[in-house]
Amino acid sequence: MKFWSGNIAFAEGALKAGCRFYAGYPITPSSDLMEHMASKLPEYGGIFIQAEDEIASVNMIIGASIAGLKSMTATSGPGFSLMQEGIGYAVMTEVPIVIVDITRLGPSTGQATKAGQGDLMQARWGRHGDQYLVVLSASSVQDCYLTAIRAFNVSEKFRVPVVVLIDELIGHLWESVEVPEEVEIIDREWTETADTPYFGGKLVPPMPKLGKGLNVLYTGSTHDEWGYRKTQDPDVHRKLVSRIKRKIMDNASEIFKYRILGEIDGDVLFVAYGSPARSCREAVIKLAERGIKAGLILLDTLWPIDYKQLGKLVSNANKIIVPELSLGQLIYDILIVRSDNVYNYHKIGGGVPIYPNELVSYALEVLR
Amino acid sequence: MSHPLLRYLRKETLPTAFCPGCGNGILMKALFQAFDELGVKELTNYVFVSGIGCAAWIPSPFIKADTVHTLHGRPIPVATGIKLTRPELEVIVIGGDGDIAGIGGNHLVHAARRNMDLLVIMVNNMIYGMTGGQVAPTTPRGMKTTTTPYGNPEYTMDACALVASLGANYSARWTVGHFLQLKDSFKVTLKKRGFRFIEVVTQCVSRVSRRLGMTAAQHIKYFLKNSVHISKLKDRGNIDLDGKIVVGVYADRDRPGYLDIMREATKNLM
Repeated sequence: MKFWSGNIAFAEGALKAGCRFYAGYPITPSSDLMEHMASKLPEYGGIFIQAEDEIASVNMIIGASIAGLKSMTATSGPGFSLMQEGIGYAVMTEVPIVIVDITRLGPSTGQATKAGQGDLMQARWGRHGDQYLVVLSASSVQDCYLTAIRAFNVSEKFRVPVVVLIDELIGHLWESVEVPEEVEIIDREWTETADTPYFGGKLVPPMPKLGKGLNVLYTGSTHDEWGYRKTQDPDVHRKLVSRIKRKIMDNASEIFKYRILGEIDGDVLFVAYGSPARSCREAVIKLAERGIKAGLILLDTLWPIDYKQLGKLVSNANKIIVPELSLGQLIYDILIVRSDNVYNYHKIGGGVPIYPNELVSYALEVLR
Repeated sequence: MSHPLLRYLRKETLPTAFCPGCGNGILMKALFQAFDELGVKELTNYVFVSGIGCAAWIPSPFIKADTVHTLHGRPIPVATGIKLTRPELEVIVIGGDGDIAGIGGNHLVHAARRNMDLLVIMVNNMIYGMTGGQVAPTTPRGMKTTTTPYGNPEYTMDACALVASLGANYSARWTVGHFLQLKDSFKVTLKKRGFRFIEVVTQCVSRVSRRLGMTAAQHIKYFLKNSVHISKLKDRGNIDLDGKIVVGVYADRDRPGYLDIMREATKNLM
């Protein structure tokens, strides 16, 4: 049993997953994750470098991943904004990287030390062009450890950037963590021969090793399955970008993870992630004490959403409440699958958590 | 019999996409000849990293080696990630003045300061060529471009002086007219550790030479006529690049590179 903060637990989970390269730039409230990596990575034979800015951070981890190491960075809102172009490059070139956004209150510098959940849509869609990646979240310190491992596994398996959203309240929360002895670790498929293409053929092609005489071509421009730039050919573009979409969206049911607490077919059902989900859990118990059938769907995956599955989950409850530390972003996912009796409970400013009692009162109000 | 330097090119990608009269070919020949004279026959152990722009196309796709074509301005951080991960590979960045000194200027500064073990070749055609000839940080003052129709009001950046001031192991500038000196600089830097920077002044026939009423050959002659060797300058601390091109070696040192320093700092951990 360990006693860690969310940020430290994520760093430890990343090391367990095999992360051996970290580049980052100081930003509250993620800097302590970076400091932990700065001290630990060299002990594991890994490499740590503090970059000159977040643009450099994301591009350094892309280079490290191309060269062969599982790589990550952590940042927060403004830094995450700066990384978007690099993340888009990693999507297009299918370079596995993990980006943690310890979310704070925006827009802009906002309230830099306070928790927020306003980065959800940016995490999914912050880049230009059609692009698909994976977004995960964590709602406890234990989650942070396990989500780190899962983030690397998903990233390696699908050759895709994985963004992890952890709100500041979880990142700086200290809790006990049980460290499992055995965990499943997935490593990307490598190739040292030119038998199979590196950017096509299979849904998830193998990555070519540098320095083996393969004369590898990486480019963020549209490329054929061997990496040659094809910036005029409509078919090559459609084929590449459609596959990059399919490898994520066709596997949505596998990547989409959630947990259910209480009764999802009752009077009120909460759908949440991160710190608000913890208060939902408490609210479900308190409502049950009052004889109200309540439940929670805690989302561990924020993209891709398996809308068919989500639709089933939220179809029977009388009222749906979506609590968020933003003015409402996750609620749109519920509105895609259900149009009636969907309520947003939002709270922003000062880093004040959504408390269980507020949710109980709000649930009673919407049930009235 | 094929040309001996063809071995460094992906034959299936030829001819190159460069305009007739472009200086990129002269630069490529100097680099390849340096490899050849050093006895490097295959580029298996070399990784070329480039960004966006005409110069970025030199390695991607034409050089027969592992090549990583990155975002505009970002080849240096990507190259840093590759070099730190695979120190046994030689990592070379080739980019234009816009890519390296403009949008990527911050990365140039910090890689030079770290003495990161990279060779960065900056192809300076004094213009944003690929996008149609807009003013660059390296454009001479007074020159008319598509975005400075009344003449460039800005002072010109001396990237070599900047890099040298940051303690990098090597910094030099040559024009494509200085073929032998350029080739020798490549040979020297291919054997050195730490951060090495070579600026290659070249003609953009389509966006600069044509507007100035010169052919490519006339433009190269102009470079030679207007070049001043750094040893001839009285005041090296106050170089004015307007009107003349300072050529030569700004810095040639052998300070430990980033990799050596990190190995030393963490040697007791392993």
